[in-house]
Amino acid sequence: MTETPTPSQTVGPFFAIGLPQVGGAELVPPGDPDAVRLFGIVTDGDGEPVDDAYLEIWQANRAGRYAHPEDTREELPLEDGFKGFGRVGTDDEGRYEFVTVKPGPVPAPGGGMQAPHIDVSVFARGLLKRVVTRVYFPDESEANGADPILSSVPDEEARAALVAREENGGLRFDIRLQGDGETAFFDV
Amino acid sequence: MAHQMTGGGVVIGYRRDDAKVDPPLLSPDYVATRTRAPKRPLVPLPHTLSEVTGPVYGHEAVGELDHDLTRQHEGEPIGERIILHGRVIDGDGRPVRNTLIEIWQANAAGRYRHLVDQHPAPLDPNFGGAGRCLTDDEGRYRFITIKPGAYPWRNHPNAWRAAHIHVSLFGPAFATRLVTQMYFPGDPLFFQDPIFLSVRGERDRDKMISSFDLSETVEEWALAYRFDIVLRGRESTPMVD
Repeated sequence: MTETPTPSQTVGPFFAIGLPQVGGAELVPPGDPDAVRLFGIVTDGDGEPVDDAYLEIWQANRAGRYAHPEDTREELPLEDGFKGFGRVGTDDEGRYEFVTVKPGPVPAPGGGMQAPHIDVSVFARGLLKRVVTRVYFPDESEANGADPILSSVPDEEARAALVAREENGGLRFDIRLQGDGETAFFDV
Repeated sequence: MAHQMTGGGVVIGYRRDDAKVDPPLLSPDYVATRTRAPKRPLVPLPHTLSEVTGPVYGHEAVGELDHDLTRQHEGEPIGERIILHGRVIDGDGRPVRNTLIEIWQANAAGRYRHLVDQHPAPLDPNFGGAGRCLTDDEGRYRFITIKPGAYPWRNHPNAWRAAHIHVSLFGPAFATRLVTQMYFPGDPLFFQDPIFLSVRGERDRDKMISSFDLSETVEEWALAYRFDIVLRGRESTPMVD
């Protein structure tokens, strides 16, 4: 017997009273030698900052292992305290920031490896369902070029925009929900 | 085999929303979607190890009173105390065990404890409006809270949200993440609530409406509402390429 899933609904404008308690902006302590600031701004179809969005990120650790029972590659280490999950709201100017590490590569469908990437979900008032994108890394141009998911983004400009850019010692990744320069979102 | 399935790059994905249960991102009657819904088609993403794994939270994420929104402050909140309970199952009817559920809601007067909410209804010093719990081995969960009030919003003239509780679940994988809203049976505001109506199928909308549950109602203490939640089921065959 197949059950129909419960439909998605928007988080609305008031999620901050319930959601920030689990997750948080720091996946690693800021003093971690591999710590990377991942930051950016979320804008809407009018180019206005979205000050009531929140982002969730999900990623493998620096060795490329997910802290999840279905990643059974025991030859790769797990890290104490690293869950690979972060969650943070945007501020008055639509900005967000995480402190994390660059994940290692993980297997691709059908063999080979995916380029290092972070899965990103965006939730907001006006989004009836989360939208999902991926962050790729600017120092991985060869792996990015061979990545089957990144390569599947049809629009060249949108594909290039999924690669974060180096700025102020961190990595900047802006999200445009709609309109000029609209971010490539995936059907998960 | 399990090692080969993940390590070798062959994973079993989750089923797609072929029946279009979820609301379209652009639902113009809900005005905020007009400037926030992406306009380009979504890019199909075959599920990889990144999407069939997901955050794992257990008992460490949940405090002793997190499930009881009536006992998180010095006194008791004003309003109609209710028990909200149900089961979380997957698309094949199997329990989703030990998964984190988070809820948030307005108080009995229809106001959220949030700076942006300026509805001229009283805040309740004894009600924060947020809770969390884990499902048990049968996928069951249980909250104690108060029934939220309806509240006005500016979507269209004389617009009111049907009373609801926001419900957020992780499930076993990144792909199973769900945020929905739970409504109450017989709400007279459904017909004019474009968020509720954004779900196109009537039977699908019904899945967001809890049912009054006399069997779990506690005599001389609290009415119970049952809200069962279904997360996506899994494909039956591995995806290759």
